[in-house]
Amino acid sequence: MQKKSIEELESICSQVRRDCLRMVHAVQSGHPGASLGCTEFFVGLYFDQMDHDPQFNMNALNEDVFFLSNGHISPVFYSVLSRSGYFPIDEMKTFRKINSRLQGHPATHEHLPGIRIASGSLGQGLSVAIGAAQAKKLNKDDKTVYILMGDGEQEEGQIWEAAMYAAHWKVDNLIATIDLNRQQIDGPTKEIMDLIDLRAKYESFGWTVIDTHEGNDMKSVLEGLEKAKELSRKGKPVLNLLHTEMGYGVDFMVGTHKWHGIAPSDEQLADALGQLPETLGDY
Amino acid sequence: MENSLDLKFNYTEKKDTRSGFGDGILELGRTNPNVVGLCADLIGSLKMGAFQKEFPDRFFQTGIAEANMMGIAAGLTIGGKIPFTGTFANFSTGRVYDQIRQSIAYSGKNVKICASHAGLTLGEDGATHQILEDLGMMKMLPHMTVINPCDYNQTKAATIAIADHEGPVYLRFGRPKWPIFTDPAQKFEIGKAWKMIEGTDVTIFATGHLVWEAVLAEAALRQDGISAEVINIHTIKPLDTDSILESVFKTKCAVSAEEHQINGGLGDSIAQTLSRHQPSPLEYVGVNDSFGESGTPTALLEKYGLNAANIVTAAKKAIDRK
Repeated sequence: MQKKSIEELESICSQVRRDCLRMVHAVQSGHPGASLGCTEFFVGLYFDQMDHDPQFNMNALNEDVFFLSNGHISPVFYSVLSRSGYFPIDEMKTFRKINSRLQGHPATHEHLPGIRIASGSLGQGLSVAIGAAQAKKLNKDDKTVYILMGDGEQEEGQIWEAAMYAAHWKVDNLIATIDLNRQQIDGPTKEIMDLIDLRAKYESFGWTVIDTHEGNDMKSVLEGLEKAKELSRKGKPVLNLLHTEMGYGVDFMVGTHKWHGIAPSDEQLADALGQLPETLGDY
Repeated sequence: MENSLDLKFNYTEKKDTRSGFGDGILELGRTNPNVVGLCADLIGSLKMGAFQKEFPDRFFQTGIAEANMMGIAAGLTIGGKIPFTGTFANFSTGRVYDQIRQSIAYSGKNVKICASHAGLTLGEDGATHQILEDLGMMKMLPHMTVINPCDYNQTKAATIAIADHEGPVYLRFGRPKWPIFTDPAQKFEIGKAWKMIEGTDVTIFATGHLVWEAVLAEAALRQDGISAEVINIHTIKPLDTDSILESVFKTKCAVSAEEHQINGGLGDSIAQTLSRHQPSPLEYVGVNDSFGESGTPTALLEKYGLNAANIVTAAKKAIDRK
């Protein structure tokens, strides 16, 4: 497949952000803030970095696989999955509604293609990704396992059990990313529970750590993911600290925890969509 | 008690049910290349050492980190593996309930949660480790299969059988050396109750270690002129409601016997079945809203009202209530 240019990927981002906002607005429920903040990362993974098959196979043999641990940012996950062919884009209309495969938090229960584990109760995704990475090794499958976590989520103890394990058992076909937006529901992480220095924490646990300082710049996101891949398979798990702005792309949502879990009004949606060109056609 | 009784089942050897698990998973290792083992720093206690030694690449030591172990097990299924996790029953359930709920049960993952040292018969370690709520917690999870075998042979057979069952399973066993009285060549059928002894006056539904106590109780009741039917409910969920109803239709009353809290255990599942289809007197032999304590297995079963003598009393009471 021909590589997409940075401009093409950015144009996909604009549509993905529209999808996120329209989904959340339609049901007046959901989490727009970090969905917008992680858009470049998701688009970079699914439209450039990962070798993956939208003809979904749960066992993901001989393909790269992605897990979302902070499941509340389901809007961006659903948009990117449908825009890359896992399910019809029309299905985004059903987000969070009764009888939908697009549950509030991602689930396998309704068999939505692209989802391999339920997430939402925080702190569990890294362990699952480690298991999947070890299954790949047993299967002599040389593809990579990707996992995204939130930064507030780092307060969960299970993550540190998993971090210890991944280094000890040299799970080096694993690239974890933390969405470092420095916000959580009750406020800035610095005030709620200071994460202090995640690089130092993970390095002392035995991980290779890189920073993607411009997590909302497509070129930087791709460079970060490329670098993470180069550093993988060298005996250590790799962590990518992705510095993002919550609400990026919409001027009145950016940089605040206020939009963590609330939906825009009709007027706010119109204002936001005015800032985001419709590039691939709305669902 | 057993010396003076004419038992319908006998034994020549005692062995721990956890060894049935250990020998079962070793056999699975040789016959099913997808079976993998995980353990949270209790390889000796879970009898997983032989599997680890023979299949080091398929064995994952997680250290004392049970939540992580459950997540890793869920992840291993993505790639076609059949993970068997091993730790104490307390750390296999209550400690990791949310991990099991979200990453295994709700996600429909083919993980076998294998739990040793369940119940009072763990003995001297005391109440911190004697979980008596695990069957209830696990049976409440949608689509979770819950199995509690009664002796070494049945535990080994159950371990082997669950590998061929697609979906999450909770397999509960224990630490004490217990009579081996079932057939070593038995075929273990998930969800199919086993009528061990026919009777007409009362049905004793027993699970786990208390099946042996039910065998003793049947002989004691027979001496008193009472004909008890003994049914081994090795699968708590899905419950074999047909066998339960068929038996109670005949005997008109029942006793449940389990090494578990009365609240939420096997007895409650039976009561649900009876109240819907065949309302009948049911007496519960189980722990009555209490934690355990240190002591020998025998002393604990006696103090908490879980031995054969208690089953006999409960059976007579059930008959009186007809």
